Amino acid sequence: MHSETRAPLALKLSAAAGLVFLLAPIALIFLYAFSTEEKSFQWPPPGFTLKWLGVTLGRGDVWEALGLSVKVAAISTAIALIMGTLTAAAVARSRFFGRETISLLVILPIALPGIITGISLRSAFALLEIPFSTWTIVLGHATFCIVIVYNNAVARFRRQNAALIDAAMDLGADGLQTFRLVILPNIATALLAGGMLAFALSFDEVIVTTFTAGQQTTLPIWMLEELVRPRQRPVTNVVAMAVVLVTVIPILAAYYLTRDGESTAGAEK
Amino acid sequence: MSEAIFPPRQGLAPRAVEWILRHPGLFTLLMVLPIVLWLGIVYIGALIALLMQSFFSIDEFSGVVVREPTLKTYAELLRPANFDIIARTVVMAASVTLASVALAFPIAYFAARYAKGRLKALFYIGVMLPLWSSYLVKVYAWKLVLAKEGILTWVFAKLHLGWLLDAVLGLPVVGGNSLSVSYLGTFLVFTYIWLPYMIIPMQAALERVPAPLLEAAADLGATPRQSFWMVLAPLALPGVVAGSIFTFSLTLGDYIIPQIVGSGRLFLGQAVYMQQGTAGNIPLAAAFTVVPIVIMGVYLTIARKLGAFDAL
Repeated sequence: MHSETRAPLALKLSAAAGLVFLLAPIALIFLYAFSTEEKSFQWPPPGFTLKWLGVTLGRGDVWEALGLSVKVAAISTAIALIMGTLTAAAVARSRFFGRETISLLVILPIALPGIITGISLRSAFALLEIPFSTWTIVLGHATFCIVIVYNNAVARFRRQNAALIDAAMDLGADGLQTFRLVILPNIATALLAGGMLAFALSFDEVIVTTFTAGQQTTLPIWMLEELVRPRQRPVTNVVAMAVVLVTVIPILAAYYLTRDGESTAGAEK
Repeated sequence: MSEAIFPPRQGLAPRAVEWILRHPGLFTLLMVLPIVLWLGIVYIGALIALLMQSFFSIDEFSGVVVREPTLKTYAELLRPANFDIIARTVVMAASVTLASVALAFPIAYFAARYAKGRLKALFYIGVMLPLWSSYLVKVYAWKLVLAKEGILTWVFAKLHLGWLLDAVLGLPVVGGNSLSVSYLGTFLVFTYIWLPYMIIPMQAALERVPAPLLEAAADLGATPRQSFWMVLAPLALPGVVAGSIFTFSLTLGDYIIPQIVGSGRLFLGQAVYMQQGTAGNIPLAAAFTVVPIVIMGVYLTIARKLGAFDAL
């Protein structure tokens, strides 16, 4: 250890202030979900109640929006998993004309501002005379989810030993068996991570969705409408808290799951 | 020959798979075909069609798009009302980026150099949680914070600093009736939402700075200020530039935050949204879209020169 392992006081204070800045607004969501105040964002809340939890649970429109969001995220993730893995396999394992172009192509929908992707897709749907449906939302989401799966899968494919596949084939496995028994177990964790990220991204997406949803309401669109024209603040407070909980639990879980792996990796140094 | 050792495969699917495996070129083509059809043709096609429209113009009387190549629409971007929107957005993106650097540095430096064990975990979660929380929920949380009857006003009042808040809100341009309807509010929300995107690459860059280097600087007589500017800052720069790509580009394209927390004066994304929607002026919307693409193109070229891509 070095002599100077203690941080200067000013650094400590400003780092702590930074953490408060990052976390306090999220903590506030939890307090407001139980506020008795209905008309304004009054602080401190005049009282606390569990009433709005029950009211929100009984709200059909919230459940419908949640259902649509889950459905869209699940289908988009499935499409992204298939297309992302196929593309990653092709790019990682063979050289062909336009290979570099394809890796750029995949990144483009997430590199460009969402509003550009949204308008482009909307005009494409109009041109092809496709009416708005769950599937237009799914297509929009899959477009930018592919890159997440692709990035995870391509890294794994590059590390994978190609000789394993040849060995399986030499030992008499057919193409499908090789895929099921050799390739899939090797890339499974990369696909799981990519799939989870893609699901989260799709579940929360609002910008592209505003262009491809038509009259349908996903949970983020419901939330956006409430933000622009607040009508039922207590219900919005509860929904906001629920959404935070849904994102907090996987992050904590992922952290505790990978923590042991990281400490052993660090111990080798 | 596999036929000599193994009996031929039975069933349609295994035989189809086997046939395709003997034609690797075709196999690769089949793998990339869906992505080429969707992204290469539909998405890129739509993108090019949109950008082409910026070279058309709109007939001012009939409101019909005139399909003749012209630079008239680009000239319209320079009209004071439109140019103000661009200038306002670029100034906001630059201010948000500078504020993010200032706020991110102590967090990233402390987490990279001093935090160990539980404290490091706290910092990790403290950055990851706001990063992964829903975008709209975060904006909503700030609506709660900035509301006139909200917690920030209350804190200022409790500290007997209510006059200070009023003075800040009384400032021309950046102030307003309350924080949630002022530029200052928009600025705070933008900074909050994109801050984790600055902390992560900055921390990664700072973690690669060897501690003995800083001790050597001190041993050789550098004051803390000197070793910060001459040793730490240059080594952290690629991380800062990498983070600034996110903070700058995300602010340029966002149209939801200024719509919810802001003074009502338009930002670039809102202008695009309005022109393509209610105003029905697709050529102008397309021309507005070209602006962030060009700005980010220039920005990325400079960033590449500064070595930012190694820090991602």
